[in-house]
Amino acid sequence: MSVINTKYGRRSFIKSSFLAGGGLMLGFNSLASLITEGRALETIPDEWFNINAYLKISSDGVFTIKAPHPEFGTDVRTSLPMMVAEELDVDWKKVVVEQADYKPSIYGRQYTGGSRGVMEKWVPLRTTGAAARQMLIKAAAKTWDVPEAEITTEGGVLYHKASGKSAKYEEMAARAAEIPVPEKVALKDPKDFKIIGTSRANVDLIKMVTGKAPYSSDINREGMLYAMVVIPPAFGMKLKSFDALSVKSMPGIKDVFSFKTYEDGYKRNMFDTNAFPELVAIVGNSTWEVLNAKNKLKVEWQPFTEQSFVMAGFRGEQTVVVPPGLESSSDHKAKMKDAADKPGRQMRKDGNPEEVFKNAAKVIERTYSAPFLPHYMMEPITSFAHYTDEGLFVAGPVQSPETTINTISSRIGLPPEKIHIELTRMGGGFGRHFHAHCLTEAAVISQKVKAPIKLQYTREDTTNMGSYRPACLAVYRAALDKDNNLIAFHVKAGGVPDNGLNANAFPAGAVDNYLAESFSIASNITSGWFRAPGDNFIGGVEQSFLDEIAEAAGKDPIEFRLELLKRSKEKPVGARADYDASRYAGVLELVREKSNWAANKKRGVAAYLCHRAYAAHVIDVVVKDNVSRVQSVFSAVDCGIVVNPDSATNMVEGNVVDAIGHAMYGELTFTKGKPDSSNLGKYRLIRMNEAPKNIEVHFVKNDIAPTGLGEGPYPSVFGALANALYKATGKRFYHQPFIKNSF
Amino acid sequence: MISLKINQKQYDVDVNPDMPLLWVLRDVLQMPGTKYGCGVASCGACTVHLNGDAVRSCVTKISRAANQEVVTIEGLSPNGDHPLQKAWLEADVPQCGYCQSGQIMSAAVLLREKPDPTDQDIDDAMNGNLCRCGTYLLIRKAIHLAADMQKQGAKI
Ligand code: FES
Ligand code: FES
Repeated sequence: MSVINTKYGRRSFIKSSFLAGGGLMLGFNSLASLITEGRALETIPDEWFNINAYLKISSDGVFTIKAPHPEFGTDVRTSLPMMVAEELDVDWKKVVVEQADYKPSIYGRQYTGGSRGVMEKWVPLRTTGAAARQMLIKAAAKTWDVPEAEITTEGGVLYHKASGKSAKYEEMAARAAEIPVPEKVALKDPKDFKIIGTSRANVDLIKMVTGKAPYSSDINREGMLYAMVVIPPAFGMKLKSFDALSVKSMPGIKDVFSFKTYEDGYKRNMFDTNAFPELVAIVGNSTWEVLNAKNKLKVEWQPFTEQSFVMAGFRGEQTVVVPPGLESSSDHKAKMKDAADKPGRQMRKDGNPEEVFKNAAKVIERTYSAPFLPHYMMEPITSFAHYTDEGLFVAGPVQSPETTINTISSRIGLPPEKIHIELTRMGGGFGRHFHAHCLTEAAVISQKVKAPIKLQYTREDTTNMGSYRPACLAVYRAALDKDNNLIAFHVKAGGVPDNGLNANAFPAGAVDNYLAESFSIASNITSGWFRAPGDNFIGGVEQSFLDEIAEAAGKDPIEFRLELLKRSKEKPVGARADYDASRYAGVLELVREKSNWAANKKRGVAAYLCHRAYAAHVIDVVVKDNVSRVQSVFSAVDCGIVVNPDSATNMVEGNVVDAIGHAMYGELTFTKGKPDSSNLGKYRLIRMNEAPKNIEVHFVKNDIAPTGLGEGPYPSVFGALANALYKATGKRFYHQPFIKNSF
Repeated sequence: MISLKINQKQYDVDVNPDMPLLWVLRDVLQMPGTKYGCGVASCGACTVHLNGDAVRSCVTKISRAANQEVVTIEGLSPNGDHPLQKAWLEADVPQCGYCQSGQIMSAAVLLREKPDPTDQDIDDAMNGNLCRCGTYLLIRKAIHLAADMQKQGAKI
């Protein structure tokens, strides 16, 4: 049991939590949860008691718990409320989950990304549940005139054993709502968990299988009009002119106009990545009519000369200069090769790598590459906005409402308090919806046409609009001494524009002489975060390279990695290593055992730490009629405490399937600024017959505070697959997509 | 006016006969369970039944559906209790969920044609339905589960 100081009394809480800048402990606000979403309950209770901002208890025992983060498929709408329910000690069957409004002053930061949801809310949400339970206990103690310490709870019932008294939570809810927030609460010992660590089905399951789960594209309002945008056909182009009259008289068309997503001189926030901030909007009565007009509209485009703007970033504000030109993938490759031949920007250096490479018994050098990838969320970008004199209602796929709301506010000229941003379920995200320009666009269009509008991107628009996983290249070198010890390691990696190399990741700290360098190539093709940013490339190729070193050294690939980890743990090199060598080794050992590693020779292994989750995979590939197919995958994952095991397993499986698909087939190339494929007719995503036959997921059992799973297991799959393909085919796979494997 | 029979109910709609069934369902009749994913018959998110066949509503002109039997996810079963829906609940299949109504509609035709499908049958029949989140293994598992439920139901 751990005691958490809630620090704040009820009165001062809201202000204090705001000052704490996201360090929200409790989120109490008796007014915040007055509005219900009118969810269908079997019987509508007479009365609701607002225990705190996260929790309402109805007079007939329904516990409504707010899910604070936007949901795009990682199941935070289930796993986060589970934490509240655990400490509250209620029967999960009586819990109804509602999406919280976007109110960071109450709920702390509300965003989805970086695999941070479970980690950041682990203490605050349990504290909230525990505090509510404490208040119910105090209410019962007062009512029964017995000491609080003698009251126990179980499954939503308060007991006083000595007197034989008991009461359901709902019977004490009205009194509990009057009790001040306790200053300190005790949190359960993990061994006492009854909900956390047990599988609870996705709270939206029934809606999803009956077609009733509401996505932003499903919003429909009285008087709503449909809008589409026309975007430039190529990166490096901008709007020159358009002929509204060419389509204005088409059936169902209401309006055609161009607009700028940002005002001139606007300082962009860090997620305002947007290659095409000037668009043509077409508004009409139905998606189909608007689409027809979009296809007929006469538009002229022109290449732009240099553009620049100021943009916020993790390292402060900077002026972004966008180079002009119509770029092709062949140019990108030539530029990356060129950059890799020159000295890069040094990011870390241990020992004297240059000297050691010169005198090594064996040097291995390999080049790896990967192309741009579009996110391909299953739901094409769609947003909704309704601007009125009172304010703005917007809904759409948004991973970072906090930055999006500021962008909208500045463009529309409404203070953030007058903007209601609805956190609707998203049909996938994978990082793309950090760049939620579509909400601003919808808001601008609604403001102009004075009607509620739904802005529907076509699949082609969704692809062509940019913010891709960057194209990347990495050159690795390793030096071995005559006894096959790894004595120097060198990585030089970069991309268009970069690839986020973490110079302090493994094997940094495990090799005496180490050099990490990066390079970056400016481009007007926009890129952004994509599941496990940076790591999705580097993690995989580093693990392929380690496989080759192990082979050159004549060592078993798991043994080889374990030796390096042991070295790093016992005698670390350099000041910093961004990993816990024991947890790293732990997943390798677990996957070795569970896969019965030695039983099969045609398999590959890889392990990687990413977004605070350690993962190792063993992949078995079979080749039949010259086609390689992944047969089985064994995954071992250490993400600390597993909150919702089935859901976590689903997430790991999803990572595996997604990574195999992108490693094998994913590739977006460009010709003169234009994506070579914008829709599935020409773009290949993994399908059921290409997915592994079996995936076995194992979690390391420990009591470490949990971290997320949306990204951690992802990068190492790319490496394990490349290594398995080598064992199955005798060929090394250096260039993604592996189905082409040429640079 | 085009007469439609969707989920056993009669509708008359006044739209361009070229408008795809998908957009009639979503925009005109406000049945959003059928999803838009690609618009080019390549993802399966928009799958519905037309006279019992699984079709891609994004490329099915409304004129083709006139006076025919259309079933969407909203009408697959009266209470969301089709064996596939129950199996989907039991296997807890979805992640983002966006592809799942199309998956279930495709699987429903498979199960009718092949009450006891092999893995290969499932791979073949479900190949046109993408799941970007990668829930394929759970979809396969749920289809087998539904087949078992169907068999047991038949025995009673
Ligand atoms: S939307 Fe019809 S198949 Fe993709
Ligand atoms: S569950 Fe997200 S696309 Fe299938």
